[in-house]
Amino acid sequence: MDRRKFIQTTAGGIAAGTAGMYGSSALAADDIKVGSIHDLSGGLDIYGKPMVDALTLAIEEQNAAGGLLGKKVALINYDSQSNMQKYTEYAQMAALKDKVAVVHGGITSASREVIRPVLTKNKTLYFYNTQYEGGVCDRNTFCTGVTPAQTVQKLIPYSMKKWGKKVYIVAADYNYGQITSEWVKKYVAEGGGSVQAVEFFPLDVTNFGPTIAKIEAAKPDFVMSALVGGAHMSFYRQWGAAGMLKKIPMASSTFSVGNEQIVLAPEECNGMVLSYNYFQKIATPENKTFLAAFQKRFGADYPNVTELAMGTYQGFKLWAEAVKKAGSIDRMKVIEAMESGISIAAPSGKVTVDGASHHCILDVSLAEVKNKKLDILQTFSQQAPSDTSSVCNLKKNPAENKQFVIKV
Amino acid sequence: MDLALIVSVQVLYAIATLVIISSGLAVIFGMMRVINLAHGEFLMLGAYSAIFATKAGVNIWVAMLVVAPICVGLFGIVVERLIIRHLYGRMVDTMLATWGLSLLCVGLVTSLIGNTTSGVSTPEGSFSIGAYSVSLYTMALIVIAVLLLLAIRWVLRSTDWGLIARGTMQNPGMADVLGISPTRVYSITFAVGAALSGLAGGLLAPVSGVVPTMGGSFIAKAFITVIGGGSSILAGTVSASALFGLINQLATFITTPVFGEVALFIAAVVMLRMLPQGITGRFFKGSL
Repeated sequence: MDRRKFIQTTAGGIAAGTAGMYGSSALAADDIKVGSIHDLSGGLDIYGKPMVDALTLAIEEQNAAGGLLGKKVALINYDSQSNMQKYTEYAQMAALKDKVAVVHGGITSASREVIRPVLTKNKTLYFYNTQYEGGVCDRNTFCTGVTPAQTVQKLIPYSMKKWGKKVYIVAADYNYGQITSEWVKKYVAEGGGSVQAVEFFPLDVTNFGPTIAKIEAAKPDFVMSALVGGAHMSFYRQWGAAGMLKKIPMASSTFSVGNEQIVLAPEECNGMVLSYNYFQKIATPENKTFLAAFQKRFGADYPNVTELAMGTYQGFKLWAEAVKKAGSIDRMKVIEAMESGISIAAPSGKVTVDGASHHCILDVSLAEVKNKKLDILQTFSQQAPSDTSSVCNLKKNPAENKQFVIKV
Repeated sequence: MDLALIVSVQVLYAIATLVIISSGLAVIFGMMRVINLAHGEFLMLGAYSAIFATKAGVNIWVAMLVVAPICVGLFGIVVERLIIRHLYGRMVDTMLATWGLSLLCVGLVTSLIGNTTSGVSTPEGSFSIGAYSVSLYTMALIVIAVLLLLAIRWVLRSTDWGLIARGTMQNPGMADVLGISPTRVYSITFAVGAALSGLAGGLLAPVSGVVPTMGGSFIAKAFITVIGGGSSILAGTVSASALFGLINQLATFITTPVFGEVALFIAAVVMLRMLPQGITGRFFKGSL
């Protein structure tokens, strides 16, 4: 056992102990328990903290409105500490010991694939609320985030039209980055462009000097980034420090979901183009109400509500809507209610569940980073998850349980 | 041509990084024979000192070059007094004690500051070599590494203090007889080593994410450089850094950063098989 593992296991043991205590003492017997497994510490906490804040607010609002089915909703929070082993442990704890009605959680696609089988096996409903690479087809799982057919499909044609057709891809080295870069290749090819190279980086790489030189040598029209986590932020720092931002523009399928635009200086990321379901500047009445409530709860100086936070908020609302419709928290009844195609008026616009694929139909916007803010460029209304729904039909094959992967 | 230049700059940068992260260890392990497993945490504390000083409004260069080494140097004095002093000559025990210290530091910093990645922007801008741009900070690190080596050489060779330190390390009994207090020399040497580690942490803060566990990613490389270098602390550090930095960066250019790291470690294993005493066990014998 090395030093790091030792620390992680010791810290984990203590955390597991406390989480368990909380689970048994603070809850009333007939509360509806909602499990949340997110990274609140470690390299991925930039993503996890806003997600848990949004979930907390959603549950408090539900309780203020009288709860669900006449009962209070209680949040059981597990901090997975950016550690995959913790995900398995907590998924089992949520399903078997705390017996929660639903688990909202998982941030990276790697973590989703760790907890999804555990929850499916133990018959515990699972909501994955993160924008991801698409293709998950599992009747026990609902993916409420946007997928490449909704985002990359907008982002790439826009960037190619604006900057040119030669693309260089840098991506995180695990399933999300690998599959997303395949999607990028597909859309670049469809637009008549070419991908010069794809480079993958493990999540702890911090020295990007040689890569930046290689990109400069290749002279692409723009760089597409699917980098993930705290260590990869140094790519943007080194990119800015080498003066590259002014020379080669960048689009990203991950930037800003961890509020990188606030941590970095404007001269390190201005002008980058992004595509998500939610941006804080969306001008719907629902968003105004949401932001007012959010800032009242977490402070007016809260940096920026991220795509992932909104995904989690909307994921909970969808589940609550389905529970109301089903009149029960029974897993199969809730799944059937979800599959009937329920829909909510969310801050990002209308969100409807696509019953056949367990993904969502929602609005998508393009935005540009400008002085620590995200300015909306264009909005596409009611986009279907056509990547997943073209291969996944859970109404026809309810026993399907796999992740479809695109072949280019 | 431009590409060759840019590759050389990146290679020099990799060498400079190795020199910077291993010089503190070279003093503590190479001179004092103390296996300091908390070296990575000394770097981490240096990085945090630099970040906190910058956030408090101190100029970033002052924070990196002055505040970080002073903070960690003072910490080194305390550590030497409380722990290391009682364990000189007991290598395995110092290893255990510093390992415990490293766990303690990571735990303490995590509970005080949290396990969140923080950082500061890289100072200075960039300049162009032909069609390529290079961050000025990269050049600054190379220059600092060279100055650091010259300074260490000057202190060890040309000052009384360097002579006394080297003499005491070789024969503490004789130094004692000649009226020099070995405990004081040990204490100061350890503090200097710690300060060098702190400086390294401060200098790395802008280019890498700063987290309580960041030491883990540097300590293996630092030890490999110092052990690969062999008994001469200066010539050893320079030659090992040059060899490993070159292999690492060339492999990175040809393939990926992941394979670059793998190539470095393979080179280290092969080299230690052929030169078990390190590079200076065979070449540059008797140099500083």
